[in-house]
Amino acid sequence: MTAFLIRRLGFAVITLFAVLTLVFVLVRIVPGDPAQVILGDQASREAIEALRERLGLNLPLYQQYVVFVWGALGGDWGTSMMTGRPVIQEVLNVLPWTLELTFLSLIIGVIIGVPLGVAAAVRRNRFTDYAARIGSLLGLSFPPFVSALLLLLAFSIGLHWFPVISAKSGSLTAWVESITLPAINLGLITAAYITRVTRSAMLEVLQEDYVRTARAKGVPWSVVVWRHALRNALIPVITIIGLYLGILIGNSVLTEIVFSRPGLGKLIVGALNQRDYTMLQGMMVIYTLVVVLVNLATDIAYGIADPRVKFQ
Amino acid sequence: MSEALSPARAILKSTLRAFNTNKTSWVGLVIFVIVVLAAIFAPWIAPLDPLDQNVMLRLKSPSEENWLGTDYYGRDIYARLVYGARISLIIGLASTALSMVIGSAIGMIAGWRGGRLDTLIMQLMDILLAFPSLILGLIIVAMLGPSMTNIIVAIALTSIPPFARIARAPTIAMKEREFVDACRALGFSDMRILLGHILPNILPEILVMGSLWLANAIRTEASLAFIGLGVKPPIPTWGGMIREGFENILDSYWLVLAPGTAILIVVFALNLLGDGLRDAIDPKLKGEA
Repeated sequence: MTAFLIRRLGFAVITLFAVLTLVFVLVRIVPGDPAQVILGDQASREAIEALRERLGLNLPLYQQYVVFVWGALGGDWGTSMMTGRPVIQEVLNVLPWTLELTFLSLIIGVIIGVPLGVAAAVRRNRFTDYAARIGSLLGLSFPPFVSALLLLLAFSIGLHWFPVISAKSGSLTAWVESITLPAINLGLITAAYITRVTRSAMLEVLQEDYVRTARAKGVPWSVVVWRHALRNALIPVITIIGLYLGILIGNSVLTEIVFSRPGLGKLIVGALNQRDYTMLQGMMVIYTLVVVLVNLATDIAYGIADPRVKFQ
Repeated sequence: MSEALSPARAILKSTLRAFNTNKTSWVGLVIFVIVVLAAIFAPWIAPLDPLDQNVMLRLKSPSEENWLGTDYYGRDIYARLVYGARISLIIGLASTALSMVIGSAIGMIAGWRGGRLDTLIMQLMDILLAFPSLILGLIIVAMLGPSMTNIIVAIALTSIPPFARIARAPTIAMKEREFVDACRALGFSDMRILLGHILPNILPEILVMGSLWLANAIRTEASLAFIGLGVKPPIPTWGGMIREGFENILDSYWLVLAPGTAILIVVFALNLLGDGLRDAIDPKLKGEA
């Protein structure tokens, strides 16, 4: 187990460095001088030089790299060019909004997706299966902002059940009102993924010898399905949820924009529109950290759930 | 030449068989072909000019003249929808083709060579895969500027790893097969064995993945355009139309509904196609995400 953990940890560190390097390179291959881009065409030479110095752009490239990586790891991601506040503070301000949304939608996804996937696998090639497969394929096909817009049109603009712009939470009702539609939107799309993975994992497990043995010795079918088979089928489901995180993050960005919800999504799009490079750089670092940490956690969970993995 | 023909014929035959075992693939294919034809013959299908502005006809609801209504600048939504299909398809097809070729080549080389190179390449692919593709695409396009080429490159880059993975596994399996030994004994070069003898065998799987990733590429392009990183206006794109319509959503809901449905239909059709074909090619993978 220790060797397995060390290997995964090593991989996480390598990933972190690789992506940090990628971020560094990306920010520096921008056509033109970032300082010029930020200040606009009318800026004086002195102003541009001053900004270059402030951003550390006058240093040799390898020094810039060391400063960047050292800062990124130490939590110093520079200050936002637009607001002048530290990037990390801006990120931490909105992080809870994004976290509550993604966690809630993951829970919705699991609650809907796992039972549906199991039901589809058990009733393979019958109506339930076809309905679940077509439904989940449809869910996968929805661009998240289109489904979000449909929900907004139907329940906020049409039926007036929810405010069009999610109000700042203060009371519990305000919180429920502001999070319901975004969470349903992300949750349903997540459920589509989980349904499909659960179904295919269950199909595989149900063909195993131990399932036949359990049935042969008279274990009730429902116990075989829900206790024996599902427990083993959940292992690949856990991995896929980890891999799915990248998609979930992208989807949450789009959902936040449609529902005008504060969060990392709105922050990154704002930074894009304002050409706030330090902010973008910081956002990429936080996304990388989140992805690497979750992947590490998934790997470890996987290793615990399935001891065979450790020896691969 | 005869040796190149037989694998091609085998692929055709297995493709037809795949289509017939799974009827939903046909539905997907037919819808997709209709959209492609509509995009090619746009001027005949949509007689109005998608760029023609008319302040008098601003935000009109659907009518006999403008089947799907008009937008904020009085442009015909139906015409913009039909012409918008061109952008979606060009970007989708080009980026998928690019990632398919690069990804498969990387995967085949990694599988063929094995050892350290294989480990290194696949670790790199895992890193690329771990990163949220929309965010990566978004930042690349934001940095390089939203031109069509940059959008294609950004989307292609994010979808290389899955192709590398799908090409690698069968290459490793096939490396040990007798026909490859035979090729080696005949003194064929690595390149010739890979392209002439291994590629035809793994091509069906790659193409099926291609249709699924085409769906994904079209969705990503629309998402980027929705965020404001699409091909520059006034060229109509579906995502861009939704972005513009979103600003007037309170009184003109059809502005977002029409392009939204268009994206959904195309992506769903491609998913039906790819999903059905994948089932037919490999029953074991049935319904995997």
